[in-house]
Amino acid sequence: MIYINAFLFAGLVCLLGQIILDNTKLTAGHVTTIFVVLGAFLDIFSIYDKFVLWAGGGALVPITSFGHLLIHGALEKAQDFGLIGLAMGMFDLTSSGIISAIVISFFLSLIFQPKD
Amino acid sequence: MEKNKYNDLVTKYTPKENRLKNGLLAFFIGGIMGVIGEFLVEIWSYYLNIPTKEAGTFMIITLIFAGCLLTCFGFFDKWVNFAKAGLFVPITGFAHAMMSAALEYRKEGFVTGLGASMFKLSGSVIIFGVVSAYVFGLIRILLFGGQI
Repeated sequence: MIYINAFLFAGLVCLLGQIILDNTKLTAGHVTTIFVVLGAFLDIFSIYDKFVLWAGGGALVPITSFGHLLIHGALEKAQDFGLIGLAMGMFDLTSSGIISAIVISFFLSLIFQPKD
Repeated sequence: MEKNKYNDLVTKYTPKENRLKNGLLAFFIGGIMGVIGEFLVEIWSYYLNIPTKEAGTFMIITLIFAGCLLTCFGFFDKWVNFAKAGLFVPITGFAHAMMSAALEYRKEGFVTGLGASMFKLSGSVIIFGVVSAYVFGLIRILLFGGQI
């Protein structure tokens, strides 16, 4: 059952992105940026947490989960340290993704040549 | 007069994008990406005996690695042209943007090319994500007192 939820949620987010892309002059970069901001926005009211419970990994795959994880790490530290805590915990949950993307693309770019 | 004719010709020969087909493709491929994500979460939590939350991190790293490697082999650009939002909205799009910038700018040198320009395409995601998460976190603390 959770596989169907994952399919529906990830599919609908991608469909929304495609609709924005087709009907406006925004590029792919704009769409991903909008989605990250949207993911952070939905967590003001803990809405994205419910999506994660409902769709499991399907809600973590779209880029909206990046904004969700950013604000979550920040809020966890902010409970103890207030405003400075927001800055301390911001990358707590997302650092694994960002760091591995940097390290992997650094070493792979040493090995491979760009394809044209 | 000439200009009008030219514009007519341009609009006549611009390929029309089929929005319905694009939307359906994005829906199906994005949905399949979601299923793969959930499948990887369950595989990681089963074989490594870790809770689902940590398995989500492992899944994201796996997808980033797959996206980077497929970009290097040159498959991913063709697939993104075909599936569009179905592949760049998932986290693989972030990996793809980063990897193609790294491959592209490496020939301009390590410090001025690779180091300076790796975030050229994907940097906006991080910058706007951090700024919006800070502002929205502030709003949430003011509204609800910071309880999670």
